[in-house]
Amino acid sequence: MSLEKKDVEKVARLARLKITDEEATRYGTQLSNIINFVEQLKEVDTDNVEPLASVVDIKLRLREDVVTDGGIQADVIANAPESLEGFFVVPKVVE
Amino acid sequence: MTNLTNMTMVEALKGLENKDFTSVEITQAHIDAMQSARHLNAYITETPEIALKQAAASDAKRAKGDVGLLEGIPVAIKDLFCTKGVQTTAGSHILEGFTPHYESSVTTNMFADGAVMLGKVNLDEFAMGSANTTSYYGNVINPWKRNNGDDADLAPGGSSGGSAAAVSARIAMAATGTDTGGSIRQPAAFCGITGIKPTYGRCSRWGIVAFSSSLDQAGAFARNVEDSALLLQSMAGFDPKDSTSADLPVPDFVAGLKGDIKGLKIGIPKEYRVDGMPKEIEDIWQKGIDWLKDAGAEIVDVSLPHTKYALPTYYIIAPAECSSNLARYDGVKFGLRVEGKDLTESYELTRASGFGDEVKRRIMIGTYALSSGYYDAYYIKAQKVRRLISNDFMEAYKKCDVLLTPTAPSAAFALGENEDDPIKMYLNDVFTVPASLAGLPGMSVPAGVDSLGLPLGLQIIGRPWDEENVLRVGHAIEKSANFKQMPQFIEKIAA
Repeated sequence: MSLEKKDVEKVARLARLKITDEEATRYGTQLSNIINFVEQLKEVDTDNVEPLASVVDIKLRLREDVVTDGGIQADVIANAPESLEGFFVVPKVVE
Repeated sequence: MTNLTNMTMVEALKGLENKDFTSVEITQAHIDAMQSARHLNAYITETPEIALKQAAASDAKRAKGDVGLLEGIPVAIKDLFCTKGVQTTAGSHILEGFTPHYESSVTTNMFADGAVMLGKVNLDEFAMGSANTTSYYGNVINPWKRNNGDDADLAPGGSSGGSAAAVSARIAMAATGTDTGGSIRQPAAFCGITGIKPTYGRCSRWGIVAFSSSLDQAGAFARNVEDSALLLQSMAGFDPKDSTSADLPVPDFVAGLKGDIKGLKIGIPKEYRVDGMPKEIEDIWQKGIDWLKDAGAEIVDVSLPHTKYALPTYYIIAPAECSSNLARYDGVKFGLRVEGKDLTESYELTRASGFGDEVKRRIMIGTYALSSGYYDAYYIKAQKVRRLISNDFMEAYKKCDVLLTPTAPSAAFALGENEDDPIKMYLNDVFTVPASLAGLPGMSVPAGVDSLGLPLGLQIIGRPWDEENVLRVGHAIEKSANFKQMPQFIEKIAA
């Protein structure tokens, strides 16, 4: 399995990463090597094996439906590159 | 006069209790040492003012008879733990300047126990790497040098390279780390110190910058097993803010070190005798086996048949979770923003300039593995093999109590080596990744040096929630190995 330049460009777009032509070629080779490396999993018989999503045998907990947090707007936006009147500011998305 | 930077934590606590010195004095000694060892690049952010303030507060607290588990001990914090009011970078450009308004649960526990923070230590970017060479803030230099006169700078291992280098170089008494596929154990081995990753769920992940959430686990670096037990004791504990945190009592790890290992069954997994393993690694492993046998343990041969599939499994699961976790870096809520012509381009430019090469590779691998048409073939397949790997361990633990293996397939390599090919770098974690996939506690203890005078570590892997036996076996190895070597430049200072 090898990733063509156009495959890399598609993945980069899905991952919201701007990449140059040179990078698409370089990553293509490296990603193909990694994909080929992980392909060996195909040898393993996994019929009737349940996927393991979490190693801990812990049930998710429920908590009391009460307010435990909040009122920290200034803290939430403190690290924003741009904010205004308590909001995050982004470039215009609706014309 | 006592060398204030070359004590163990336990010795320092005793000295503080006896009023031989104050926390301010030990802390100042570490700040001086830290500033004279800047060539190692172990710290991203030094926090001497905070340290001295905390030390003074600790001395005052102690004078009133209020003494915590780590009272007055100067430590380093991996720069993956959010620290209130102190820049937290995760080794990435994208988080440069990010100053959390909250404290991670692990560091909250440690500060409540009286720990003093010297600063935030370097790491691979988002903890992705095995040599600490992917940090935006530069490589960390291993304090150890080869003894053959070649002056090559060596890698400290990764991803917690700054933590391991700092503890080894005596510029922190202990340090926190995180381990996703070996990021505590491998650097501990490379730097000749002790590192423990507890069972997944033992330490809260809340406030730790996420890489691969089903694998990430915090742990402790120190210069001996007892100190590691003590630090882990402080870090661990149930936290309702982390849904995978275990609501289990934390045993007294230090008290658990007492007693011997007579009759304990030590499993030796045959699959860890990999092709091309250097003879020195094989020899140190055999020494470890002999030491434990002499201490009264029983050696049992076991098999973990899916071992060879652990790395490929890891390199699907970890990147998949990373691509999902790192989607949050969009230049909107925190961190770097690079403006584009519209919002999408702003995302793309921000992420392109904020992330380094290795992080981008892993995001793309993960995105690919999770993308439509490939999800079952890669991600679900990897999760199935992950179960088989976990089952192997549970099967082995029917015959033994802990496993003994080498920590890494080599001693520290020179910076620049293994960098041409990502897969070659990944192979460093061949002995540590399987236990991570199974969520098991694992520890590396220095066991000896190779022919170039570089430290080699042995790894002990335990059953889920059985850190006590892991520590006890580590302690037995420590006693037999009697590892006293120090990095050359420390020996020069000490002499």
